[in-house]
Amino acid sequence: MFDMLLSPFLQYGFMQRALFGSLVLSVSCAPVGVFLMLRRMSLTGDAMAHAILPGAALGFVFFGLDIIPMTIGGLLVGLLVALGSGVVARFTIQKEDASMAAFYLISLAVGVLLVSWRGSSVDLMHVLFGSVLALNDAALALIVSIALVTFVVLLIFWRALVAECLDPLFLRSVSRIGAPVHFLFLILVVLNLVGGFQALGTLLSVGLMMLPAAASRFWSNEVRAMCLIAISIAVVSSIGGLLLSYHAAMPSGPAIILTAGVIYAFSALAGRRGMLASALTSGRHKTA
Amino acid sequence: MRLIRYFVTFYLTNVITLHMQSLSIPEDAMSDICVEFKNLTLGYEGHAAVHHLSGEVKSGSLTAIVGANGSGKSTLMKGIAGILKPISGSCVTRFKRLAYLPQQSELDRTFPARVIDLVSLGYWQKRGLLGRVSADDRVALGRCLDAVGLDGFEKRALDSLSGGQMQRALFARTMVQDADFILLDEPFNAVDARTIVDLVALIKGWVAEGRTVLCVLHDHALVREHFPRTLLMARKPVAWGPTPEVLTRDNLARARGFQEAWDDASGWCEEQAAVLDRKYGKVAAHV
Repeated sequence: MFDMLLSPFLQYGFMQRALFGSLVLSVSCAPVGVFLMLRRMSLTGDAMAHAILPGAALGFVFFGLDIIPMTIGGLLVGLLVALGSGVVARFTIQKEDASMAAFYLISLAVGVLLVSWRGSSVDLMHVLFGSVLALNDAALALIVSIALVTFVVLLIFWRALVAECLDPLFLRSVSRIGAPVHFLFLILVVLNLVGGFQALGTLLSVGLMMLPAAASRFWSNEVRAMCLIAISIAVVSSIGGLLLSYHAAMPSGPAIILTAGVIYAFSALAGRRGMLASALTSGRHKTA
Repeated sequence: MRLIRYFVTFYLTNVITLHMQSLSIPEDAMSDICVEFKNLTLGYEGHAAVHHLSGEVKSGSLTAIVGANGSGKSTLMKGIAGILKPISGSCVTRFKRLAYLPQQSELDRTFPARVIDLVSLGYWQKRGLLGRVSADDRVALGRCLDAVGLDGFEKRALDSLSGGQMQRALFARTMVQDADFILLDEPFNAVDARTIVDLVALIKGWVAEGRTVLCVLHDHALVREHFPRTLLMARKPVAWGPTPEVLTRDNLARARGFQEAWDDASGWCEEQAAVLDRKYGKVAAHV
C-alpha cells in the first residue's frame, strides 16, 4: 500500500515534477474557479480555454513545441479575447456571455486553422491535452510565478471581488473599482489556464479550475471555506490522478480531471448541501 | 504572509490617499446647498426620463420624491448617484459621502454570504479596498442591525432572509455607510407596517443629525405626515416645495395626466433646440 502510494514519487524525477506542478496549479486554479462559479461564469473558463488555442498554435507554428512562445501566444490571445468581450459587454447592450461566445469562437476557428495548416494531429493532441509528465524547468517556473501572482491579487482584491459578485450596483455607487477588478479577474483566469495548459492541455486545464470549485459548493456556504475546500479537492485529485495514471498507464491529464470528477459526483450526492441531504430531511424541525 | 499584506496595505493606502487628496475639491465657502440641478435632463437612448429639472436640495433637508410609475424618480436618483450621465444640463453635488439604496438592487441573493458580510460592505467608503473592519466598526454594525430590528441575524445566510428582512439588512448597510447624503429608492418595499414606523423614525433621526435625505415614496399619507418637503415628478418636475403646497389636488391631477410611454414620433425638445440655436446659430435647423 505504502509502496503503491509513495514509490512512484520517490523513484522517478518526472513524477516528482508532475506532482509539484499539479499541486501548485491546484492551489492557484481552485480559488479562481470558485469566483468564476460565484459570478455565474462557470462556462467562461471553458470558453477562455478554447480562446487560448490560436495563441498557443501561433507559438507552435513559428517556434515548434516550445513552452515559452506557446505560453506567451496563449496569454496574449486569451487577454485579447477577455478584454474584447469585456469591452463589448460594458459598452453595448450585449451581455458578456454572448460577446464572450462570439470572441472565443472566432479565436477557436483561427486556432484550428493554424494547427491544421502546419502541424500534425499528434501536435494538436499535445496542445489540446498537454502532458503533466513532461513538465520542464521553464514550465514549472511559469506555474509557480502564475500561482504567486494569483495569490497576491486575490489577497489584495478579495473584498472587491466579493463585493462585485454580491452587489455590483452597490459597488458602483461607492467606488469605481468594479470594472478594473472585473478585468483583473479575467486576466487571472487566462493566466491560470495558460499555466495549466502545458500540464493538462488547453481543454483540460479548466477541469482543475472548475470541478473542485463546483464540488466545494456542496460542502460550504462561505466563500473562504469554499476556496479552501476547492484547493483540498484539487490537491487530492492531482495526487490521486497521478497515481492512477502511473499504475493504470492512463494519460495523466484525464486521470487527474476524472479523479476530480469522481469527487464532484460524490459531493453532489453526499455533500452537506447535496442531493441526499435534501432528500433525507426528516420531518424534524425547530419551532423558531 | 501577514507581513506581505501589511506592506501592500501600507503602500496602496498611502498612494491612494495622496491621489485622492490631489483630486478633492477645496470646500469653497460651504454653502448650505447639498445638490443643485441645473436644467438637468436624464434619460435612456435619447428619450428623456427626467426633463429639464432645475432646483436645489438644501443640506439637512428631508425631501420625498413622489410620482407615477415611469415618472423619472429612480432615474433622478441614478443621476445624483453618478451612475447615469446627464443627456444635458448638470447635477452639481456638494456632499462628502453618499449612501444610495436602489430600488432594484443587483444583489445576488444566492451568494454564499452572511448578513454581516452584506452589511459590512457599507464600510467600503470608510475603510477602502484594503482596510480592515475594526472591532469598533463591528460594534457599530451591531447597533445598526439592532436599529432595523435584525439583532441576532449577524450569522444568518442571505438566502434564508425574507424579502422584508433583506430590505431591512440593506437599510442597515445604508446606516453603516455613515453618509451625509442619503438616497432611498422606495425603501419600504415589502416592509411590514410596524417596521415602517421604526424606519421612518430612523430617517428622521438622520435628518436631526444634519444629514440630507431624498426618499422615493408612493404612500402620500406617509409623505404628508413625515416629510417636510416634496418633489412631485411627471418626467418634468410638476411641483417642488413644502409638502402641503405640493401634494394638492390640482398638482396631483396634473401629474397623473402625463404620458408614460415613450413616443418615437414625439418631437425633439424645443427648449434644447433653442439652446443649440443660441449657441451655434440657426445652422442646425437647415442640416
